[in-house]
This record gives sequence, C-alpha cells and structure tokens, in this order.
Amino acid sequence: MSTLVIKDLHVAIDEKEILKGVNLSLNTNEIHAIMGPNGTGKSTLASAIMGHPKYEVTSGSITLDGKNVLEMEVDERAKAGLFLAMQYPSEISGVTNADFLRSAINARRGEGNEISLMKFIRELDDKMEFLEMPEEMGQRYLNEGFSGGEKKRNEILQLMMLKPKFAILDEIDSGLDIDALKVVSKGINAMRGEGFGCLMITHYQRLLNYITPDHVHIMMQGRVVRSGGPELAEKLEAEGYDWIKKELGIEDEEETSGQEA
Amino acid sequence: MTVETKLAVTAQDVRSFSEANNEPSWLTELRERALADVETLPMVKPDKTNVEKWNFTEFPAHTVESSTYASLEEFPEEVKAIVDAEGQHNIYIQHNNTPAYLQLSKELASKGVILTDILTAAREHSDLVQKYFMTEGVKIDQHKLTALHAALVNGGVFVYIPKNVIVEEPIQAVFLHDNENASLFNHVLVVAEANSSVTYVENYLSTVDEAKGQANIIAEVIVNDNANVTFGAVDVLAKGFTTYVNRRAILHRDAKVDWALGLMNDSDTLSENITYLKGDGSYADTKSVVVGRGEQSQNFTTEVRHWGKASNGYILIHGVMKDSARGIFNGIGKIEHGATKADAEQESRVLMLSKNARGDANPILLIDEDDVTAGHAASVGRVDPVQLYYLMSRGISKAEAERLIIHGFLNPVVNQLPIEGVRKQLTEIIERKVR
Repeated sequence: MSTLVIKDLHVAIDEKEILKGVNLSLNTNEIHAIMGPNGTGKSTLASAIMGHPKYEVTSGSITLDGKNVLEMEVDERAKAGLFLAMQYPSEISGVTNADFLRSAINARRGEGNEISLMKFIRELDDKMEFLEMPEEMGQRYLNEGFSGGEKKRNEILQLMMLKPKFAILDEIDSGLDIDALKVVSKGINAMRGEGFGCLMITHYQRLLNYITPDHVHIMMQGRVVRSGGPELAEKLEAEGYDWIKKELGIEDEEETSGQEA
Repeated sequence: MTVETKLAVTAQDVRSFSEANNEPSWLTELRERALADVETLPMVKPDKTNVEKWNFTEFPAHTVESSTYASLEEFPEEVKAIVDAEGQHNIYIQHNNTPAYLQLSKELASKGVILTDILTAAREHSDLVQKYFMTEGVKIDQHKLTALHAALVNGGVFVYIPKNVIVEEPIQAVFLHDNENASLFNHVLVVAEANSSVTYVENYLSTVDEAKGQANIIAEVIVNDNANVTFGAVDVLAKGFTTYVNRRAILHRDAKVDWALGLMNDSDTLSENITYLKGDGSYADTKSVVVGRGEQSQNFTTEVRHWGKASNGYILIHGVMKDSARGIFNGIGKIEHGATKADAEQESRVLMLSKNARGDANPILLIDEDDVTAGHAASVGRVDPVQLYYLMSRGISKAEAERLIIHGFLNPVVNQLPIEGVRKQLTEIIERKVR
C-alpha cells in the first residue's frame, strides 16, 4: 500500500495565498472526492501536488510513502507514481498522441527496458477501444483540435496506459455529456483496486453517481472544512453549501481570486 | 560606398572555363556580360539584414577536381544514408564540382525526360537551356550576386519533363561537399511542360566542418500550364560558406508547386524562395523549416507574388534559433492589380531556445486589388512552460519534453518531404542541431 500525505499546505499564485493549510491523506485502494464552490482552491491543490510552475508552495509538506514530493521535479513526481488529469490539457502540435504516450511509458521504464512496439500498439488499441475512441486519434497531434470531451477521454487514456499509484482528476466531468461521462467513469472504475488511489475534484454530485467515493471532502476558502463518506456529497446535492457556510460562519464574500487556474 | 569586389576570376578565366566545357557561344557570351556587370550592379538588399559586409566574392578556386562513382556501392556513407539504393532510380550526384553519378530510368528517358548536369545540358540541349536559363525566372542583372552566379556557374542539374509526362518516382540530386576549397555556383533548372508532373528533391550536404569557398546557388522552376512540381530540399552547408540561395518558381495557368525546404545550413545564409503565380488558377504551397545555431546570421525571404486570377499562395515557415544565432524571416504576399479572387496566406513562427538567440518574423502583405482574401499570422516566442509541464507530468524529462515540442514544431515540413531517406536525414539533422 502507498500513501500520499498533505500536511498544512499553503500555496500562493502571484503572491496571493490560495491554499491556507490543507490537510489530506490518501491510500491506494481508496477513492476520494473533493467538492466545493468555485474559487476555493481545489484546482490549486491539484496543480501544487503535480508541481505546476506558476504555483508556489509557501509552507507545508507533501509526501509519497514518506518521500518529499516538493523536492521532486515534475517528471520525477510522475515517475514516483503521481498523475494529474488536467482540466485544460495542453495542445502539442506535431507530436502524435501515440508517440507521446510511448515516450511517457518509456521514460518510466528507463533506458534498456523500453516497451516493445507491438506490445505498445496492442495495449493502446485495447485501451482506446475500451474508451470508445476511434483508432485515428492515436495518430492525431496531442490534443490539437480535440473537442472538450475528446481531451478528457484522452486524459483517461493516458491514465490507463501509465498506471500511476495516485491519480488526481481535476474536473474530469466538466463539459462532458452523459455518454462521455459514462465512458470516462468506466475508465476510472477499471483502474480501481489494489495499488491505485484517486482524488477526484468536482463541482457536481453527478460524477459520484458513476464513481462511488470512499471519502468526500469539502473545500472552502483554501482549506478542507468537512470530511465524511458518500452521504456528505448527497447532502450537498440536496442542500447546497449554505448550511456549511452557516456552521462555519463564512459570509458570502468574494471567493479568493474568483477563478481556478 | 560599395565594397570593392575582389574577384579571383578574370574575364579570361571565365572564357577559358566556358571553352574547356565546349559551351555554346550564347552561354560564353552570357557569362562574359554577367562578369562585366558584377562590378557595377548593386548588392542585394534583403529586409532587416545588412549584408554589405558579408563576403560573397572571395574564394580559393573556381573549380576543384573530385572523384566520380561507378556504382551505388562507391557512394560515401553519408550519401548512401539519404539515397534509397533499391528504390531510387533517378538520381544525380555531384561531388563538389564534378558530376559524379547519373542514373535515369529507361522508361523516363524513352518518354523524353532529361536529367543531366547543367553544363552537359547546355551542350546537348542548348536551345532548351537557353530558353529558360535566367530568362523567365531569376534575372542576371537583378543584383551583384545573380550576375556573379551567371558568370561563374560551375555545376547544377537540368530536369526536363515533356508535355503530358507524369513522373511517378522522385528525381533526386545530391550535392556533396567534402573539399573545403570548393565553391558551389550551382544552377538548377527544372522545367515541367504542360500537364506534366514531377517530384524533385535536392540535398546539399557538407561533410567537412569548415568551408573556404562560396555557395551561390540558384534554382529556377518553370511550371507550365496545368503542370505540377513538388520541390523538396535539405540544405546542410558547412560553416565558412557565405551562402546565397535563391529558389524561384514561375507558374503558368493552373500550375501547382509545393515547396518543402529544410534550411539547415551552418553557414551565414541569405535565402530567397520566391514564387510567381503568373497564370490564372495557379497554386503555390511553400513550407520551410530552419534551425539556426552558434553565431550564425541568416535571412529568409519567402515571397509569393500573384498576377493570376484566383491564384492561391500559402507560406508557412517555422524557425528554431539557439545559442547566439540570428534569423530574420520575411514573409511576403503580394497581389498585383487584376489578380481578382486571389488568396494570399502566410504563417511565420519562430521558437527561441536561448537568451542570446534572436528571431524576427516580418510578415508583409502588399495588395493592389480589392477582390481578394489575404491573411497572416506571426509569432516569436520561447518554449511554452505550460506545455513543458504537461509533458513532464507524464514522466517525460525536461530535455525530452523540449525535444518533442521542437520536433513537433518542425514536423509540418519534415512530413512533406517525399523521400523517406531525406525525411529521416532531416529529422536526424534537427536532432543534432537542437541538442
């Protein structure tokens, strides 16, 4: 079993503090969901874990099985077993999806241990079929001209090919129609099990109808303010966030920067 | 003040060279007139680069003697790598200034296709060469360098495709430079008669690190009515040359040209790639990639000029600059009065890999007609840190992520090259240059 521990994490972007002491612990074989209104720092948490260059960790720690994640370069974090399905994946012109995936797999496997082309193609074909992606998407340039839904599927394809210990899914459900949501959920559920942990960030209870979380956390104003089981998400769906704000004495102020980068 | 032109070659040398090659008298006279003009003609004036101080005129020898090759097996390894020995049936190899190998399939020869070195062509196909040599395309008196070229032509190739002949397999020319004293005054003349079609690919390949001579290269491509030419090139000329390379196409009615140019010289380079869309319905697609490194200074002008109605011209140039290299990218779309329904589009993008590298994309649209469409996009920038982050978040190292982004940036042109060996070569050269 692996464990990802986030302790008292403070993160700033352009010197403005967004995360103000986040505590969270995930094990493999667990699915966690983080919910919360816009602009409360959910995506910031995801980006800080992966090491986005614009986010500055000002204090606190992130460890993976005791190892200091914050000291690792972005690629080292990935090789240590972290994966972030991004809300806005980059488009890379001229690099095919398939070539990119093979480079990523081989980077993890290391020199002299590269995946055979046949094995790679077989696995890619299988996973693409599973995610109902047309074969030609392997030969298209990485995310270039992909629709919102295609990009999200492509993130899940990468997840399934790279098989990380922990996946963070940053609003994987946003902009998906119901059929695409089902396919994406199917992919995540297929990963579920020993050796895989997941942190899903979402606005919507809807995603949790397809992927049942073991733990639900609510973030507000840069902190995790409530944690519980799936029933917490159901209560949010039924009653919104007002009851928590009331309990915590939060006025309806303008939330942090008002945007989640 | 003009810089004095110190020419190592006299009028007498030019005459002797011409006579030694049994050139027709029109060519001997043309050379003599051109040489006389070199002194008085102005230097070329590319936009945004002052080349007055560039040394285009000094060189140790007009020609050098080099070996020929009796068979494919004798090719140097570097040449073997870019020639598909099994599949390549139409090939010309020039070793410095010496025509070293020539092969043209019997089938094409029987259809009247001509492939031969330019000096032999001037002897054996004098009328054809005279008709097209610096007449329709590049003019001898355009400036000092075109005149110098005309006077000193010492190599190159003539490709002639008769009416209605479709050449399926590419024709390849390899210009191998392995003698540091050699100068390349190569003239390439590709003539596609009406309704014909051909793919021509040329490689300039230095296998010495340092050049002491000049590279003054002109290629003229004449595309007659409804003919179709694909012109690919990979230039890898050594440091030390002052390279002037002028590739020009003249398109008649419904003619089409596709350029795919990999401009990978290590020398200071002044490059012009100009297409004249003279005929109605003519079409030019111009794609170039450039990698500059070291202390190199380069200027690339890509121009498509429209006279023909409903003519289409597309320019795409992607450049990567590293170290202290400088690159100016002039993209010019010019629509003349009367070229109604013409479409001129261009895109120039420059990626800079180091602090001291300089790139300048200079898009120009000159339009003298109302009923047209035109557009341009230009950008100069560095590798996007968010793209790097994305690739690295999948476990790819920073160096490898940069490599992927750069190759991706240059791929639109690499993929256009019609010979696999040449595609591979260009990929490897890019690899070596950006590392």
